Amino acid sequence: MKVAISVQGNDLSSPVDPRFGRAQGFLIVDTETDDFEYVPNPNVSAASGAGIAAAQMIANKGVSAVITGQIGPNAFGVLDASGIRVYTGAAGSAAEALEAYKAGKLSATGSATTTPQLGVGPGWYGPGRGGFGPGRCCRGGPPGPRRGGGPW
Amino acid sequence: MVISVGSGKGGTGKTTLAVNLAHLASIEDEIFFLDCDAEDPDSHFYLKPEWESETDVETPIPRIDKERCDYCGKCSEICPRNALAVLRDDVLVFPELCYGCGGCALSCPMRCVTFESKKIGSVKQGRSGSIRFYQGLLEVGEPSPVRVIKNVKENIQENSRVIIDCPPGTGCALVESVRGSDYCLLVTEPSPFRKHDLELAHQVCVKLEIPHGVVTNRSNGHDEIIDDFCSASSLEILGRIPFSREVAQRISRGELLVDDEHLKRHTEHIFRTVQRRCSFN
Ligand code: SF4
Ligand code: SF4
Repeated sequence: MKVAISVQGNDLSSPVDPRFGRAQGFLIVDTETDDFEYVPNPNVSAASGAGIAAAQMIANKGVSAVITGQIGPNAFGVLDASGIRVYTGAAGSAAEALEAYKAGKLSATGSATTTPQLGVGPGWYGPGRGGFGPGRCCRGGPPGPRRGGGPW
Repeated sequence: MVISVGSGKGGTGKTTLAVNLAHLASIEDEIFFLDCDAEDPDSHFYLKPEWESETDVETPIPRIDKERCDYCGKCSEICPRNALAVLRDDVLVFPELCYGCGGCALSCPMRCVTFESKKIGSVKQGRSGSIRFYQGLLEVGEPSPVRVIKNVKENIQENSRVIIDCPPGTGCALVESVRGSDYCLLVTEPSPFRKHDLELAHQVCVKLEIPHGVVTNRSNGHDEIIDDFCSASSLEILGRIPFSREVAQRISRGELLVDDEHLKRHTEHIFRTVQRRCSFN
């Protein structure tokens, strides 16, 4: 089974990065062998939706769980939709967090643990606003009519 | 001729100045007044327009046809706002991040992205004497007022005289509001915080190449912090509004300063100076 740990360095001795969407990178660890792959996070300074993009990247790595400090609602929505369990509150080194996870000392969160850092910070949206959940499109509904002339 | 009134931060007196200037300008001829502070418009408390019409502001949000989607991820790759997450067998859309650029639809090889519109605000139009009043209003919970501001500004007619009450801050909303102005008045106060905000707003105007000057509100005779900054940055101070109980009382009652014989001269002085700076006739 594979898990992803948000980290501030590139190996198991690196400290856990408390942020998920804007973590410096992720260790994708095989829990049987402790073999790991380091993936830098290209979304550290994304203008918006860092959590969504990071969650999508991690989901496509085929992991079953994410270990991090805090998680926002958008990223949680993506991971949840992919059936990935999210363990928050991890601290110390990645190796310690992995041990805590294996020993069942971390608990899976059923929801976001922080408000969305929506977008790009003050000026655009202002910090700390929000409370948006993920929007699902066309759940079972028929496709919308194609509007002439494009959307804009 | 378009004059915008901005500041780096809320609560400095933008609206106070804008509505009083609008009143003075409307004595001579018809004027357009645009309240672009769409997150919290309040100019109507002072100018008291009679509302005539209201139009919705909509933004397109993508909708994915999952019958045809093969989850290739192209749409999410191109999205500048990370508003789409493509998973193995699902595409999640985060409408509050999408700004409707249309890139996802263009890049989708299966042509399965269509758009539906979502109301994000409205533009109200009214009249108060010879003031043609437009107000942008963003729906609660919507993150960005930019599209609402754009729609408000579409009402500007060529060769008309326009005063714009800008939103606070120095972000996209301010940029959208002051863009295209002939002159921008930056309202500030004699305090270190306001000086800091003024500095940022000044930089925005410099970048957008909009001539601008400063009005010091709540001026208490010790305005050195602003005066020094302005002289160091070659910024003109067009006038001052005194820190006084009468001003505060009138504002709290929704009254104009220009209706008071004593307080009138400060705004008149500012108005005449702006007129000279940008031939606002
Ligand atoms: S680009 Fe089109 S086909 Fe590909 S994932 Fe996006 S919506 Fe589906
Ligand atoms: S319209 Fe633009 S911003 Fe919105 S989802 Fe598509 S690519 Fe992203």
